[in-house]
Amino acid sequence: MATPSTRGQRGAAALLLSPFLVLFAAVTLAPLLHTAWLSLFTTRTSGLGFAGARSVFAGLDNYARALSDPGFRDGFLVVAAYCAVYIPVMIGGALVLALLLDSGLARARSFFQLALFLPHAVPGLIAALIWVYLYTPGLSPVVDLLRSGGIDIGFLSADTAVLSTANIAVWEWTGYNMVIFYAALQAVPRETLDAAKVDGAGALRTALSVKVPMIRPAVALAVLFTVIGSVQLFTEPKVIYSASTAIGSSWTPNMYVQTAAFQNNDFGLAAAASLLIALFAAALSFAVTRISRRGSQS
Amino acid sequence: MTPAVRHPAEPAATPATTPPTSPARRRRAPKPPSALLSRAGVTAVLALATVYTLAPLTWLLLSSTKSRADLFGTNGFALGEEMHLAENLRHLFSADGGVYLRWLANTVAYAGGGALLAALFGVAAGYAFDKLAFPGKERLFALVLLGVMVPGTALAIPLYLLAAEAGLVNTFWGVFLPGLVFPFGVYLARVFSAAYVPDEVLEAARMDGAGEFRAFCRIGLPMLAPGFVTIFLFQFTQIWNSFFLPLVMLSDQDLYPVNLGLYVWYSSALAQGHPEDYLLAVVGSLVAVAPLIAVFLMLQRFWKSGMTAGAVK
Repeated sequence: MATPSTRGQRGAAALLLSPFLVLFAAVTLAPLLHTAWLSLFTTRTSGLGFAGARSVFAGLDNYARALSDPGFRDGFLVVAAYCAVYIPVMIGGALVLALLLDSGLARARSFFQLALFLPHAVPGLIAALIWVYLYTPGLSPVVDLLRSGGIDIGFLSADTAVLSTANIAVWEWTGYNMVIFYAALQAVPRETLDAAKVDGAGALRTALSVKVPMIRPAVALAVLFTVIGSVQLFTEPKVIYSASTAIGSSWTPNMYVQTAAFQNNDFGLAAAASLLIALFAAALSFAVTRISRRGSQS
Repeated sequence: MTPAVRHPAEPAATPATTPPTSPARRRRAPKPPSALLSRAGVTAVLALATVYTLAPLTWLLLSSTKSRADLFGTNGFALGEEMHLAENLRHLFSADGGVYLRWLANTVAYAGGGALLAALFGVAAGYAFDKLAFPGKERLFALVLLGVMVPGTALAIPLYLLAAEAGLVNTFWGVFLPGLVFPFGVYLARVFSAAYVPDEVLEAARMDGAGEFRAFCRIGLPMLAPGFVTIFLFQFTQIWNSFFLPLVMLSDQDLYPVNLGLYVWYSSALAQGHPEDYLLAVVGSLVAVAPLIAVFLMLQRFWKSGMTAGAVK
């Protein structure tokens, strides 16, 4: 039986939740469902094209086409290669920097925190623009500097496309994750650290065997968000794409979707591929959440 | 840092002789110096990393002051032959009929207006999930978490396809409405509400006969103000960062956010060989980024608290 107070709570909950839920349904659930529906159809041009295009039910045909298209699958390979470079460098770098800040040996801690975080205040597109300029021979002081040192790297060539893209992301995200790890390190109880010291552990040993394991949940969560972000890789390669011939128009899965939709007008295929990406990202984040939960319980 | 995150140091474990400084300094005694783990070594590594993060921004700042000849002719980390910043800015704000100002205004509307409403709706929903009893609560919350897992960029094409049906493609609303929804903000608001708003205070308000909605407006919302700012900042950066959605949704230059406009200038500089547009994208980037950096420096307390609340818990 609902007492007046619980009835009041229900009414207030409906009032407070409805703006979010209505919009959530309109811009998340509805587009996903609508796209799922569209992905089951394909556009056929009948005869010589005089009769115009018709929409034909295709079942799971679009999904099969996307999955069997090497262009789409290669996009995931590019993302995998990108993750293999980017995640260890970025997470490792952030962790080392956070440990150094937390070591008690660093001067000017708040200055370093801010200076290292600053790139994150730069939108991804502008970060990509700046770096593409810094990659461009004839314009870039970095290329000139390396060349005068006898090193000739084409940052925009096919061999380095993954590295050049990963570098932009490392620049943007290392400081951000460092701030998170540093905060987590500061929450490590000092008795634990004292105990390690009493047991004769040096600073390096304490960092590796005590501090890092204790902030594992924070690291796992950072990896999770990084992986989800990487699956969506679009902005940086899109900018490099306009400057380099090494990156094709469907280099990453999201670029594939954009090309399918707006260059080939194949909306059924774009819808199916889009949902596959969303599903893949959701499955990944679910898996990493499970792993991190197990990690923090043990 | 939020109260939810900070673990109180055990006073009993602190030796009486330790000076009361910051937690990091308090917990460690000076170490015998070894090569890399010395003060100088640690500071040098951090300084090196700082050079890496600041060099591109320095390049942006210096390049914005150069003429086109100097941009290509002088070292990127040195000043040019002549100071050209004023001319560059004049060119920026007059190019294409002054469209850059319009892009700035659009971005403020998309990111500022969108994030303000998204934070308000998120805080209201998070508060309701934390403090109010209603049927199906946890199931609804699971739906919100599902929303956290679906990445924004993967939603761009679905949003475009639906907007095409609804006639919202190439309108302000096609980009603005999606920004109003921030499921991670609802999650954060629930965490903040549990930390900031004591149940006892609400009980007292209920005893005094205040309605639930009134209690939220008068007590919950003010107490959640720091959480509100944090969620606002998160969503603000997210919308300011978004590129894929405006790219597919908009074709009318007058509706572009700064990001998309700069991209179009940059690609046209490349494709049509307009070298003067190279500088346009550089100066435009500086003008777009400078206020953002200022805001981040001013509000660092809030973004730090949000980041740690999301991660350390």
